[in-house]
Amino acid sequence: MQTAIMIVANYPLYIRSVPTQGELKFHYTVHTSLDVVEEKISGVGKALADQRELYLGLLYPTEDYKVYGYVTNSKVKFVIVVDSSNTSLRDNEIRSMFRKLHNSFTDVMCNPFYNPGDPIQSKAFDSIVSTMMVQAF
Amino acid sequence: MADDALFEFLHMEIVAHVYKEQATREDIDKERVTCVSTLELMGFRVGQGLIERRFTKDCPTFKEDLDIMKFLCKDLWSTIFRKQIDNLRTNHQGTYVLQDNKFALLTQFSTGKQYLEEAPKYLAFSCGLIRGALSNLGLESVVTAEVSLMPSCKFQVVIQKL
Repeated sequence: MQTAIMIVANYPLYIRSVPTQGELKFHYTVHTSLDVVEEKISGVGKALADQRELYLGLLYPTEDYKVYGYVTNSKVKFVIVVDSSNTSLRDNEIRSMFRKLHNSFTDVMCNPFYNPGDPIQSKAFDSIVSTMMVQAF
Repeated sequence: MADDALFEFLHMEIVAHVYKEQATREDIDKERVTCVSTLELMGFRVGQGLIERRFTKDCPTFKEDLDIMKFLCKDLWSTIFRKQIDNLRTNHQGTYVLQDNKFALLTQFSTGKQYLEEAPKYLAFSCGLIRGALSNLGLESVVTAEVSLMPSCKFQVVIQKL
């Protein structure tokens, strides 16, 4: 069961995957999915609450990963990649994961020792992400 | 409520502390510039964090700069200073002037022209705050402040278009 979480603000701020060997593959997947995110953001010209978007079915039919995206209003993008074999994951669960991620990210931002734009090195954030990934998958 | 007073006192002490630290330098002008930029940078970081916490949760995305400025005047200002900006003017070409007739950090000074020279020191942090907030919302800007009659002051925001 392979999963990965990545947070990007024009360059990756945080990358984490469960079996840590396949990380390069995830990098590639996430970078291509960013293009789709950009497309969606620029397409929305009306005042929609962009709380959740980019629910793709299958990004690459051959590799069958599902890629979920989420954008905050300060243009920070969260991407979660899951194995398609894990069909038990529902939309709501992914949404709540993103909400938790967003809350933890906000906490990291408010930490005076963190400079926006640096890679995220907070241990608290790491532990929250680990528990979340273990819980869900 | 004690909350307002806490921040006002803390802010006064921050300004005093920054100036005391720099007091050993010889060149007076250089000292003032370094102090003001230190305070402004502090405000910048605070502005970024504040926006992340307050804004990105519930508010929808903004269509244009004017909406962002209006949000700044109403929601952000009420969160920090418990009142809204009294007057917003723009030339629709990237320059905005925010006027606050009773700026919370200046009310204790005077109600006229006394202590006018000292006022800019106490506005540096707020300028940085505005700049930080705008930067996290995607707008690079230059913020300056001026005071002609206490406790009212004007913040001028010039959006830098790339």
